[in-house]
Amino acid sequence: MPKELIRLSDCVVKFDDEIILDQLNLYINDREFLTLLGPSGCGKTTTLRIIGGFLAPTSGDVFFDGQRINDLPPNKRQVNTVFQKYALFPHLNVYENVAFGLRIAKVPDGEVHQRVLEMLEIVNLKGFEKRSISALSGGQQQRVAIARALVNRPKVLLLDEPLGALDMRLRKDMQTELKRIQQELGITFVYVTHDQEEALAMSDTVVVMDGGRIQQIGTPEDIYNEPKNAFVADFIGESNIIDGVMRADGVVEIFSRRFQCLDGGFAPDEPVDVVIRPEDVDIVSADEGQLKGTVTQVTFKGVHYDTIVDFYGFKWLIQTTDYCPVDSHIGIKIDPDGIHVMKKSAYSGMFGDYSSYSEEYDEIGDATMAPGEEDSGDEE
Amino acid sequence: MKNKSRRLAIPYVIWMALFVVAPIVLMVIYAFTAEGGGLALDNFTSMGAYLDVFLRSFELALIATLVCLLVGYPVAYCMAKEGPRFQRIAMALIMLPMWMNFLLRTYAWMSILENNGLINQFLGAIGVLDLLGVDHIRLIRTQGAVVLGMVYNYLPFMILPIYSVIVKLDGSLLEAARDLGANTAGVFRKVIFPLSLPGILSGVTMVFVPSVSTFAISRLLGGGRQMMLGDLIEQQFLGGAYDPHLGAAIALVMMVVVVVCMAVMNHFGEGEEQAVML
Repeated sequence: MPKELIRLSDCVVKFDDEIILDQLNLYINDREFLTLLGPSGCGKTTTLRIIGGFLAPTSGDVFFDGQRINDLPPNKRQVNTVFQKYALFPHLNVYENVAFGLRIAKVPDGEVHQRVLEMLEIVNLKGFEKRSISALSGGQQQRVAIARALVNRPKVLLLDEPLGALDMRLRKDMQTELKRIQQELGITFVYVTHDQEEALAMSDTVVVMDGGRIQQIGTPEDIYNEPKNAFVADFIGESNIIDGVMRADGVVEIFSRRFQCLDGGFAPDEPVDVVIRPEDVDIVSADEGQLKGTVTQVTFKGVHYDTIVDFYGFKWLIQTTDYCPVDSHIGIKIDPDGIHVMKKSAYSGMFGDYSSYSEEYDEIGDATMAPGEEDSGDEE
Repeated sequence: MKNKSRRLAIPYVIWMALFVVAPIVLMVIYAFTAEGGGLALDNFTSMGAYLDVFLRSFELALIATLVCLLVGYPVAYCMAKEGPRFQRIAMALIMLPMWMNFLLRTYAWMSILENNGLINQFLGAIGVLDLLGVDHIRLIRTQGAVVLGMVYNYLPFMILPIYSVIVKLDGSLLEAARDLGANTAGVFRKVIFPLSLPGILSGVTMVFVPSVSTFAISRLLGGGRQMMLGDLIEQQFLGGAYDPHLGAAIALVMMVVVVVCMAVMNHFGEGEEQAVML
């Protein structure tokens, strides 16, 4: 039975009447890798700052291990943070940066030495003790920041988009590295990111946020396979989101055709959003298909082709290994487990149409790119 | 491209050569020659007679610098922590005296500190002087008055560089220090203070150097009793003791001492930005 470590209850944050966090309720278990995922401005960093103690909620309570800690300053919390831009001390070398917390805690020199070296080894920076911070690459600075936080043996490590400034390859390496460190040390990680791939790859639990509210909490599989609303479905991976009507349990009607699905529990004839992931669609010949459409665009992506198909004026993205030329008429088949039915929400109709496919793909591409201009530097 | 942009610097290089390098060369030549020409070290050997002036100059300048630092640092720190409105007003107040003529400001202090000046009049009016049984407290023509004059005139030069360093400190560094367990005093001691050292070094240089060579302040507020290097040098060129060779030698020695002081200071701040060398 996992033990609850942190609880945010009814947390509201307002800046000059602007609501940043709206009645946030969240609990975090001991030794969990929890990710707060959402677009910028969704409140994820604010949530992290509340846990770190840099921001007090306008109303609501924060509990740590059962104790209310609203008024506890950051230096008295058993929590350490890896800041977005690392915030390493430029006047100290690598060793002294990592030793900073221990020196303040007045740990004896011998132990400081041993713990700092041990931690530098964990983050693969052995031999860098004497280096000055400015002589490190982005990835190395990143790892110093992680070591500096972890050397204090916090109960919880908060990470604020720590990989945001690194290039693609380095990010992948660091993701694996972070997951390894988390499991090795058995520490709770609360990780903030806007990168859904990162969130899915590393987390035990993903908290999807938008507009200061939690949209969905679940395991990466839950979030991907069973999104709760159109926002989550669109933000996590690629989705075709289509208006449908629930005719009965296990039967959903799209484009006036009935499909078998696994969802139930809706009112008879309730309008719903239907999510169909691009990889769950099989392309068949036109006369065998449940739906028939015309291919309007094909892009080769390596593993598969991104094929845009026009069904009655609504464009779907289908990822397939079969090449279908533009203007060919095709049919599609969808297995019952490839159809996911969601209740209508405020986000209905806002996402999931690929009519403006290329632009949308660009946007997604931007979101996963590093926002910073930091170079990756050379890694040894 | 490179050559073209280099050419733009020529006017300044000529200016520097004519009015900075050439005078220093002249000063060195004067210092090492006797009247009528000929190499001589007499100027340096006879300087021993003025040892007390040297000591007094450096002592007073040092005290003034220290006072400026002790007064200026907290001001700079508080200013940097306040909102932009407060910062603008504070900045204007600090700069305000500098818009007035330097001599005027110092004369003003004379009339405040004189035996029948504002302070003594005030103390007389409230009966403190009668209580002490004196008819005035001597304020002017003391070392304290000279130091006061220096502090008053040069304090902005201490505040501004320290302020500009602190105000630029990355807020996330302070958060990081708190996050790692430092309390407010710890954050100051381990992060803010070390990172403001470049500002302190600049400030110290900018106060110490003009203080050590001042002659107006010591003459007006020290009343000739607190002769400093500046006065001594001036006397060699304009005063009755006309001896430009000795004056040049004294100026040279002072310059060397100041440069050595600054080099030592910069050594302590090693790894930081170098203090401004004047």
